Amino acid sequence: MTDGCGAPVQTADLTAGVDLTKEVLLGGQVTADGAPVGGAFVRLLDASGEFTAEVVSSEDGNFRFFAAPGEWTVRALHRSGNGEAKVTADGPGLHPVAVSVG
Amino acid sequence: MSREDVLVTAEWAEENLETPGVVFVEVDEDTSAYDGGHIPGAVRIDWKTELQDPVRRDFVDRAGFEKLLSDKGVANSDKVVLYGGNNNWFAAYAYWYFKLYGHQDVQLLDGGRKKWELDGRPLSKDAVSRPETEYKAQEQDLAIRAFRDEVVQAINAKNLVDVRSPDEFSGKLLAPAHLPQEQAQRAGHIPSAINVPWSKAANEDGTFRSEDELRELYKEAGIDESKATIAYCRIGERSSHTWFALHELLGYSDVKNYDGSWTEYGSLVGVPVEIGPGAK
Repeated sequence: MTDGCGAPVQTADLTAGVDLTKEVLLGGQVTADGAPVGGAFVRLLDASGEFTAEVVSSEDGNFRFFAAPGEWTVRALHRSGNGEAKVTADGPGLHPVAVSVG
Repeated sequence: MSREDVLVTAEWAEENLETPGVVFVEVDEDTSAYDGGHIPGAVRIDWKTELQDPVRRDFVDRAGFEKLLSDKGVANSDKVVLYGGNNNWFAAYAYWYFKLYGHQDVQLLDGGRKKWELDGRPLSKDAVSRPETEYKAQEQDLAIRAFRDEVVQAINAKNLVDVRSPDEFSGKLLAPAHLPQEQAQRAGHIPSAINVPWSKAANEDGTFRSEDELRELYKEAGIDESKATIAYCRIGERSSHTWFALHELLGYSDVKNYDGSWTEYGSLVGVPVEIGPGAK
């Protein structure tokens, strides 16, 4: 059976198991007042603001997306508040993005 | 059919956690979410290990579904309330699957785990066990399930709704952006399909949009309400979400979910494939 499309569990090591010469990786951490926020719903929106993907941040607040080159917005929803940040990816590699909520 | 017949609100759910005859079922691909805290009293169904045949690419058969629900303690007369993560994709898939095997009283928790968690409602780590039942399933209702030959015949004849993201539709990506992109099948979409990403049917908090908004959305996208409709995605769970919107919330009469979806279609030899943004 083909693996599902469900969001995989997010891990602390953002680049684990990823070929950074091929994949365009957007990754980072959700924080509130500098402290990591786990269990946030992290949404990737494309340049037109359209929803593209969503994961739940790890206990350490980490998240990552496999994207294509372009301009992206990462938006996080949490019981304690929402927040968003923009990131531009010009090609393969890890493109860091930090989101604070509250 | 109205919204109240097919969806329950988080408020209703919290008030009915202990109501006899109501069974909450969490359905996910990743079952660690359930272990970390589930709706009190809810049992779990694993989308992969319990709903899919372990050998063939197909569902568990009728006897298998009967055994599964009997073991979970679900009776034919129970009201089953399904919920899960990933904006209820797998719960919507299970809803469609329960309907396929003829369960009468099944509803989705609007917003699923996400809305529940954002609301700060209670979660429990207590083990849940329910007394075994003798569940009886029906033969699959193939009026709601599409297979590949029917999908090929539907090109330019029926509404084909591709509910993947625009980049998957156009052939730029092979899977949602939270997954690695190396896959065996070709990229693109079924010719004549319109692209209405599943996410357009949902609000940010995971609840379904209003029926008026949904009707406008699909009308605007070019669905011909006089024709039959087949929804697909990559593996059939996101399209269950859209099947639910079209068939259960809007009441379109002839809507099927193509659970083979792109992982099957994109691997077929000789079928037409279109790339690019498609017709608007």
